[in-house]
Amino acid sequence: MIELRDIYKIYSDGDGEIRALDGVNLHIDRGEFVAIVGQSGSGKSTCMNIIGCLDVPTSGTYHLNGTDVSTMNDIELAHIRNATLGFIFQQYNLLPKLNLLENVELPLIYRGMPQKQREEKAKIALERVGLLDRAKKMPSQLSGGQQQRVSIARALAGDPPVILADEPTGALDSKTGRDVLDFIKKLNQEGTTIVLITHDMSIAEEAKRIVRIQDGKIISDQPGRRATYEF
Amino acid sequence: MNFKQSFSLALKSLKTSKMRSFLTMLGIIIGVAAVIILTSMVDSMKQLMVDEFESMGTNLITVNITGRGGNRTVNPEDMIKLVEEKDTLAAVSPNITIPAYMKNGNENQSVSCIGTSENYHEINNLEISSGRYLSYVDVERRQKCCVIGSYIAKSVFEGMDPVGQIVKLNGNSFTVVGVAAEKAGSTQGGQDDRIYLPYTVARTLTFMSRISNYSFSAADKDRLDEAISDIEEALYKVYQNDDYYTVVSVSAILDTLDELTGTLTLILVGIAGISLLVGGIGIMNIMLVSVTERTREIGVRKSLGATPWNILSQFVVEAATTSGCGGILGIFVGIGGAYLLCSMMNMKTIITAGSVIIAFSVSAAIGIAFGYFPAKKAAKLNPIDALRHD
Repeated sequence: MIELRDIYKIYSDGDGEIRALDGVNLHIDRGEFVAIVGQSGSGKSTCMNIIGCLDVPTSGTYHLNGTDVSTMNDIELAHIRNATLGFIFQQYNLLPKLNLLENVELPLIYRGMPQKQREEKAKIALERVGLLDRAKKMPSQLSGGQQQRVSIARALAGDPPVILADEPTGALDSKTGRDVLDFIKKLNQEGTTIVLITHDMSIAEEAKRIVRIQDGKIISDQPGRRATYEF
Repeated sequence: MNFKQSFSLALKSLKTSKMRSFLTMLGIIIGVAAVIILTSMVDSMKQLMVDEFESMGTNLITVNITGRGGNRTVNPEDMIKLVEEKDTLAAVSPNITIPAYMKNGNENQSVSCIGTSENYHEINNLEISSGRYLSYVDVERRQKCCVIGSYIAKSVFEGMDPVGQIVKLNGNSFTVVGVAAEKAGSTQGGQDDRIYLPYTVARTLTFMSRISNYSFSAADKDRLDEAISDIEEALYKVYQNDDYYTVVSVSAILDTLDELTGTLTLILVGIAGISLLVGGIGIMNIMLVSVTERTREIGVRKSLGATPWNILSQFVVEAATTSGCGGILGIFVGIGGAYLLCSMMNMKTIITAGSVIIAFSVSAAIGIAFGYFPAKKAAKLNPIDALRHD
């Protein structure tokens, strides 16, 4: 599903170079729930950006769903992001001028789906996160936890096989963070591959597999503690 | 993302910041309104002049003789003979304009008198509303009779029938034989504030014996050029130099008028076009601000699968919508302004569809042209940098 081979991401910074990723090899299978953990500056965000096709590696190959995306151009990457990946951000990143339904419809709009079908799919996604009754509300009228659920609905709407969550509970209090995390776990049980980025071990331990990154290198890759009794 | 969605999104973002959108549009509104008002003013003024000239008759040829003094000159008899000889010419009237004072009650009022022959009213399309025009006999016998314009009939005789009454001009009594029909709204100093006398009589009222203005009518509108060259030929024979006279036809004046107003329109539209250009720069400016403000939004859209083209078209459509809305508002302001100004100047308002269409399409095109650069900037943004932007 996700296959990173010898990935380097090197920024040249005036007199020196910064190795954000320093030879990363990572294989993630379909249906996995992987947490990538590391301190800030460890390279975990760069790793996530490359997995999310938002950035291209300096060298190395990245196969997503069997196709090599490390050599794709902007347009091809846009299509991959649209069809294969769903993003959940720490700051939700909903568009403030669009109502919930329109926000959830966005990825489908870029897919070129006709309006009626689009609306239907967006409504199903909103129903899954339990916010269908507020479809016409604006994001600013919702609480943080609700906004994050809308952003999950947006990530789900296009039925992507992979969902990338970048500190999804970082801006939420512990209880709503818990709810969001439970929902993500439920998605994984339904077959979606989840890659979750966090610096918080207590959250990472909810995942089936924990990958630690430090100074651009993977330093450990082990099953999550609670993964065993999830099933 | 199709055009309709970009368009409705653009309208939404215009609505959410009304004041800013309005100020952005202002340049375009002023530009479009200026184009429409200015072309309408020129067209209306031109039509006014064309109507005036056409009322003189399109067969009219006016000859002005500046002369050179001495013996070489033409007199009315020569011109009458010329008309008889040439079948291109139908009639001639020698014209002599003299300033005169007309006694009105106890006051003397200044009035413009024109000495003419009996043909003048036909050559100049002058209609008679009551009585008759001057006759051949009046001219030959130097009868002290006159035809008065409608303004004089109204202001002096106040409802009485002027025909048969006496007017006193420079101390001489003239019998009114007819009243000319209203031609230009019966205003003071206009075409209706005139008195027509036999030119033979007018000559004796002044000490100018030489007549320097003749109006001819061509026999056939299609042979106007031939008629003009017949007159020029005859005059050249006398003066041996074409600096001493001018021969002008109404059609030639209309052609010149056409050229003049065409140039005038171009200049005025050019000036108004500068305002459109400035408006376009305003749009570009605000779009650049908008792209910066919405960098994060662009990042989110890109992460959801928007291609560079999607982003480009979104911003170009937004710019075009802004300028297009400005264009539509400008059309309303322009049409309203043109009606207001023309009615203030007592002119019939003429607004051509062409000027409206051109003004609108130029404004929309300006939006696209000036929106392109900021939109390109947005489309090129790197998704991660955009997402991280605060």
